[in-house]
Amino acid sequence: MSYLEYNVKHVPTGLRKVLHLNWALLLLITAVAGVGFLMLYSVAGGSFSPWAEPQMKRYALGVFVMFFVAMVPIWFWRSISGFAYLVTLVLLVLVEVMGSVGMGAQRWIDLGFMRLQPSELMKITLVMSLAAYYDWLPTEKTSKPIWVLIPVLLIIIPNMLVLRQPDLGTSILLLTGGAIVMFLAGVHWGYFAAVISMVVGLVVAVFRSRGTDWQLLKNYQYRRIDTFLDPSSDPLGAGYHITQSKIALGSGGWTGRGFMQGTQSRLNFLPEKHTDFIFTTLAEEFGYVGAVSLLSLYALIVLFCIASAISNKDRYSSLLILGIAGAFFLFFAVNMSMVMGLAPVVGVPLPLVSYGGSAMLVLMAGFGLVQSAHVHRPR
Amino acid sequence: MRGKTPTELTEVHGRLSRRALLLGGSMLAFMTGLGFRMRHLQLDQADQYRLLAEENRINIRLIPPARGEIFDRNGIVLARNEPSYRVTLVPEDAGNVDAVIDKLATLVELDPSELDRAVTEMRRSPPFLPVTIADRVSWDELSRVAVNTPALPGITPEVGLSRYYPLRGDMAHVLGYVGPVSDYDLSKIDNPDQLLRIPRFQIGKVGLEGRMEDDLRGVAGTKRVEVNAVGRIMRELDRREGEQGEDIQLTIDQQLQSYAQARLGDESAAAVVMDCETGDLLAVASAPTFDPNLFVEGISVADYGDLTSNDHRPLAAKSVQGTYPPGSTFKMITALAALEEGIVGYDDTVYCPGHMEISNRRFHCWKRGGHGHMNLVQALRESCDVYFYDLALQVGIDKMSEMAAQFGIGQKFDLPLSGVARGLNPSRDWKSSVRGEDWVVGDTANASIGQGFVLASPLQLAVMTARLATGKAVPPRLVKSINGVEQSVPNAPRLDISPTHLAEVQRGMYAVSNHRRGTAYSKRIIEDEFRMAGKTGTSQVRNITAAERARGVTRNEDLPWNRRDHGLFVNYAPFENPKIAVAVVVEHGSGSKAATPIGRDITLQALYGGTPPLSAYPTKDRNSIEKQQEELEKLVPGREITRRNRA
Repeated sequence: MSYLEYNVKHVPTGLRKVLHLNWALLLLITAVAGVGFLMLYSVAGGSFSPWAEPQMKRYALGVFVMFFVAMVPIWFWRSISGFAYLVTLVLLVLVEVMGSVGMGAQRWIDLGFMRLQPSELMKITLVMSLAAYYDWLPTEKTSKPIWVLIPVLLIIIPNMLVLRQPDLGTSILLLTGGAIVMFLAGVHWGYFAAVISMVVGLVVAVFRSRGTDWQLLKNYQYRRIDTFLDPSSDPLGAGYHITQSKIALGSGGWTGRGFMQGTQSRLNFLPEKHTDFIFTTLAEEFGYVGAVSLLSLYALIVLFCIASAISNKDRYSSLLILGIAGAFFLFFAVNMSMVMGLAPVVGVPLPLVSYGGSAMLVLMAGFGLVQSAHVHRPR
Repeated sequence: MRGKTPTELTEVHGRLSRRALLLGGSMLAFMTGLGFRMRHLQLDQADQYRLLAEENRINIRLIPPARGEIFDRNGIVLARNEPSYRVTLVPEDAGNVDAVIDKLATLVELDPSELDRAVTEMRRSPPFLPVTIADRVSWDELSRVAVNTPALPGITPEVGLSRYYPLRGDMAHVLGYVGPVSDYDLSKIDNPDQLLRIPRFQIGKVGLEGRMEDDLRGVAGTKRVEVNAVGRIMRELDRREGEQGEDIQLTIDQQLQSYAQARLGDESAAAVVMDCETGDLLAVASAPTFDPNLFVEGISVADYGDLTSNDHRPLAAKSVQGTYPPGSTFKMITALAALEEGIVGYDDTVYCPGHMEISNRRFHCWKRGGHGHMNLVQALRESCDVYFYDLALQVGIDKMSEMAAQFGIGQKFDLPLSGVARGLNPSRDWKSSVRGEDWVVGDTANASIGQGFVLASPLQLAVMTARLATGKAVPPRLVKSINGVEQSVPNAPRLDISPTHLAEVQRGMYAVSNHRRGTAYSKRIIEDEFRMAGKTGTSQVRNITAAERARGVTRNEDLPWNRRDHGLFVNYAPFENPKIAVAVVVEHGSGSKAATPIGRDITLQALYGGTPPLSAYPTKDRNSIEKQQEELEKLVPGREITRRNRA
């Protein structure tokens, strides 16, 4: 379906597009971001600096980006999907080259006003390119091995680069996010079954390779897995993150200790309390009620996206929306599993809440795409 | 997708929708799982985690109590606590430890040996524990460090309390000393007080400090503090004050103690002064002495080596730990045993030809030429050995031993001091059970003049003398009051001895010091009010061998120091109304003449409550005594200005 096939005359034009935005989704996003501001204010000890204020500015910029992306017709985004993917890939390579002189795990390009993490951008552009690919591909070819191999390569290539950085969290997100789009596009069950069994094999290999010359992960990643499996083995060393995080969560109880009363975060027992572990502060200060509320907000965002995708007759739009929703889901699901001790500490931030520029802007751009697809849906 | 019919399109979209719904469903299921996990952590295990959070946040710190202070009977400070400034370093916070120490060295004078010790300690202990880098720094140095702390990561200036003994050596053998708690100390205690886990916490090691540790230490207070993740204290939540250690007042008279210590000087000697009525120990001196302050922060190997290699044994508290054959000072016991058994009358005489044959062995009198006819008073006065051999052979060791026991010989007095000696009051049973030999009559003869097996400490000799003076079984007492609560004076029962027999022995002792032929006559007191009764003693360390005699060694002074006889003198005064009993032992003093003047001088000092007038001394001694008094006044240290009478 080229853009000419869209039923253009029913698509709103000009500023009237604003009225057709998915306002409920924007409201939910703002609510989640608001929770983020509150928590950043709290972990700074009741101060807007150093985290809450810049985060609010970034959110404002993010909303602007979202609007901008939403106003541009979805068929434009579809047409540049492949190009966007290539550009991001080049940026990833650039980071690899420049980063080798940086501090071990440099993941960004300094743009002057902000630091851009190409791996963050890749989460969106990968979904875009896969959606465009399956939009272009005749459906009967979807499950043919050769046509399955191409999207697999699209996923694997950036993934290798991300793994080299090394960024296990993003790598997992890219793999799973890509797989979700392929699954939605209708690739045969058998492939997924095969991949899952391969992953199991790989996990075994990862553990078997430990200590040998060809070990697949860095030592710190092994240690994180060890402590995930048994956090009590080293409560002051590597298991510290998980132990302290669980203590903070658990001590919240029903309604929590009250805003800015969380001792775990206020006394610095929590590591990275403003980024990856911000959920624990929320759970400590607002308890089970607060934590479930945030979880519900996230669930609603995902549900609104799915609803929007199903009601959208355009295949590219549906795939894109679902892919972004899937990536979003993976973000918070991995982060929450991590702080609750269900997954190893892999360094995935809580979307829209954790302090961080790249992730926020990229997510908002992603939701811009969702909005664009929503506004320009065929009617 | 191009060229597809609308139905085909709908079918393709339908599959997408189905899979989308399936995906959404699994996502919801996963999120529900997260919700349940959260419920488990936050609700089911909330109490447990909240407790852990509190444990994280709240740290209980001990507040070390101030150790009880020790005063003399007049409230003069003998041991107190003074602020001690030190600089500690936490290796973890310091980062580059060497660089920090170099920087610190520009501000504080660092002792290289202490620095070595600190570095060793750092290697052994975890990096977050503070290690003392400089101890006993001055206030100026501490301020300099405090001002520069921003440039000295990991360095903390600290103020603590440290023990200080203002009289230095004068009280060393009574008080003992405190020192940093050691692993060895901890291993001896079953359930050690948490306080002892504080690094370098000072506990009593020996002497009164050691024996009365429980009273002196006090009870630790606690404060609950909120700490952050790196252990820095954010605020104090609450505080429970501990209890300060109990102050102890001794029966010791510091002025007399210091005088006695100075009078003994560098001799290897001991002197004990006791109140005859109450048993209060007024002075318990042992020489040479040492500075207990050296031990407080841990003594250096060199200093300790000096103390242990000295053949005069400065670390030994000879006054209570040392035991010596009492020599002729034991003769009162033999005399009383014989009197009580009715073996001898006051005027019965024994002829002394200078020796006596007992079971084919010749026992000599100290006077080779013999004393001639001696009665009891004369025999005590001139210390005739043969007279007492004769008495002893008639009365037997059993009665002598019973008598000695009444006077405290062989009894371990319950005093809060280290290693209080039992001495030895020999008997038939003792010899057969310990040495596996039968008691022979020669042993009795030896015991009668305080030689052979008999052993007594200077403390026991003082107690014996006090009992001779009062006829009461006075026990010694060292602690006058604890925390202002006066300790009861134990009541002293009358001895089971006829007062007239005792009076006769006392007359003999009076003659020792006041009769022209008395063995202590030349070192008498001529002030009538303070006349003393005493007894001299010489205890042989070993006989002069025939080989030595052949080389011309006839006098004791010709022997090497450690083989010379011990000199002893016991006395009480005033004779009419006994107040104090004194015992002096001078190790290897070549006979009683070394001990007698010391006993006399200490007695006068005690009776006058300070330097006595020269008129108390015999005329021919006055010049030398005047010189001696001047010398000693220089030695007696200035007292603590703060007089705090807690009694």
